[in-house]
Amino acid sequence: MNPEELHSLAEERREALDQFQHRVVVCTGTACQAAQSRKIIEALDGIVKERGINGRCTVSAGGCRGLCSAGPMVAVEPTDVLYQGVTPDDAASIIDSLESEPVKALTCDTSAPFFTRQKRVVLEYEGRLNPESIDDYIAAGGFSTFVRILTEMTSGDVIEQIRQSGLGGRGGAGYSTALKWSTVAKALGTTKYVICNGDEGDPGAFMDRSVMEDYPFKVLEGMMIAAFAVGAQEGFVYVRAEYPLAVKRLKQAIRQAEKYSLLGNNICGTSFSLKLDVRLGAGAFVCGEETALIASIEGKRGSPRPRPPYPAESGLWGCPTLINNVETYANVVPILREGAEWFAGIGTERSKGTKVFALSGAIVNTGLIEVPMGISLREIIYDIGGGIPNGRRFKAVQTGGPSGGCIPEQYLDMPVDYQSLAQVGSIMGSGGMIVMDESSCMVDVAKFFMEFCMTESCGKCIPCRVGTAQMYRLLDKISQGRARLQDLEVLEELCDMVKHTSLCGLGQAAPNPVLSTLRYFREEYLAHIVDHVCPAGVCKIAHEEIAL
Amino acid sequence: MRPRAAAPAAPSDDKRWRIVTATMRRHGFSPDALIETLHSAQEAFGYLDEIALRYVAASLMVPLSKVYGVATFYNLFALKPQGEHTCVVCMGTACYIKGSPQILSAIDEEFGIKGGETTPDKKVSLMIARCLGSCGLASAVVFDGDVMGKVEPDAAVERIRRWTT
Repeated sequence: MNPEELHSLAEERREALDQFQHRVVVCTGTACQAAQSRKIIEALDGIVKERGINGRCTVSAGGCRGLCSAGPMVAVEPTDVLYQGVTPDDAASIIDSLESEPVKALTCDTSAPFFTRQKRVVLEYEGRLNPESIDDYIAAGGFSTFVRILTEMTSGDVIEQIRQSGLGGRGGAGYSTALKWSTVAKALGTTKYVICNGDEGDPGAFMDRSVMEDYPFKVLEGMMIAAFAVGAQEGFVYVRAEYPLAVKRLKQAIRQAEKYSLLGNNICGTSFSLKLDVRLGAGAFVCGEETALIASIEGKRGSPRPRPPYPAESGLWGCPTLINNVETYANVVPILREGAEWFAGIGTERSKGTKVFALSGAIVNTGLIEVPMGISLREIIYDIGGGIPNGRRFKAVQTGGPSGGCIPEQYLDMPVDYQSLAQVGSIMGSGGMIVMDESSCMVDVAKFFMEFCMTESCGKCIPCRVGTAQMYRLLDKISQGRARLQDLEVLEELCDMVKHTSLCGLGQAAPNPVLSTLRYFREEYLAHIVDHVCPAGVCKIAHEEIAL
Repeated sequence: MRPRAAAPAAPSDDKRWRIVTATMRRHGFSPDALIETLHSAQEAFGYLDEIALRYVAASLMVPLSKVYGVATFYNLFALKPQGEHTCVVCMGTACYIKGSPQILSAIDEEFGIKGGETTPDKKVSLMIARCLGSCGLASAVVFDGDVMGKVEPDAAVERIRRWTT
């Protein structure tokens, strides 16, 4: 396919879509599918045929609108009417109101802060595109950036653009994407690989799942541009097997791109060739660590190895390998299309762009949001999230999963960026944000995450394998009210040891939930130890042993 | 592809072995295809028994110890047959704080199975998921592939009872 062919295909498809006066798009993300959105599509289709308006109205599957708690969501284009909590029985009233006023009872207010306070770069199409159709993506301008780069730019130009944009790795650490790309580009060797890390293992995080499910083509285009920039000929998207819909859509997307010769040999008649494939995880949290992920693609146990050498020099099968997170790749296309300056204008001095968060827990609006870096936690939780339900009080917000920490109320006005979050003992992480109210016990939360790290430790290095088990035992003892004050000292000592001596990120970050809860909620630990009570009433205190 | 004597014959004339062999052939019988092959064997047979592990090891020329190591390292591979129905309870953070531990204990009380166990009559297997990524639906439970959101302990027990009677 050459640029002209792509352009005329886009035109053709746009014209075909414009024929329809009404386009009804139903969210088919995991949450809405669980709420029967497939049945809604069938019902809507049935009514459209019954009314004989299938020449003017089309019903299609779309992506996530973000507000998962109000699902299933149905949108009517081009009027921008959004319906929430739709059931198959509502199909007739939705179709019959197309020419008149929207159905009041179902209308979702898109002028609410949940929608207006967001800034969408990664989720720019807001779920409007059919994730299973390459034509829809091309009609929306998809692949034109890749084709333009391929025919007009050099690898150095691309990396320079990424450098100017200030994009940092969205997997959690925020390492400069341009630096990573240029290391791989400069590395010796003719065989190089690109990998997309879609092993989103943090409990409470589903951003990457949504991005892969809704925008598989955008992720692929980002990877294709990256492969061109670093000189790779082959790439893999590594996805957890727990995300069957993402796997299906990515595989489908690769096949469709191959059919249009956007993947394969001598793409657009240039010397650039690229093959992409999907690899499945098999349920191991540690495989999110890059060296463990590479071992897993090689068909081995997912054990990490010491770095250096970094994968950029010696990765998959010993070749230079670029590994980026799903969201990082999804940022590539908008940056190169709109320009680095535009992207660098969003966010703060040191953290550029936006971040997608999965908002859940004790909050009114659970779902997927994208906000500019530097927004405060209070704006996210109270304006966008709608605050805490059931009249309860906010207690803490957990970011970064088992590697992050719990942030208390006093830091709610802090800007959300890599540096500020690290300062208060948490991390940005991949973007899970779980709000907790007073009914959550912080000792129990710390125990929950430690149990997670203990079970998911690969067992290769002793500090992590033994340390997490010992910390879990101590936390269990505390939560049962059987611990003494000395146990708290041992726990703190262990945290320090595991943090500084573990081989990979899993162990190094495992103490974070304990450290942050000890820092901000020490009195809760003391209540369990000294007074033998759990203030939140979550832990089962073993009263019979207090007599000792 | 490395030179090889001859691919070993499938353990039996069960047609499902063809799916497994096809996966290995697609990857040129490369040892790298181990995880992909185990996925396809588990999909075909429901679990991985010793016969399957030995066949895959011999076909890919990977030591049986390594195949066993990989099969036991990853949570998703099952070495024992699963029940007729599976119930997967999500224990991600959002589901945890919204009460999935109570769902598990209610199921244990009623049917006597904990995470990873199967009822003696082989009807129901109970699994625990790390996070289904459906946090908006917390607590989420998957009954035979269907995700259900905002599940209460009683509703989960009720749904499983329908399988057992």
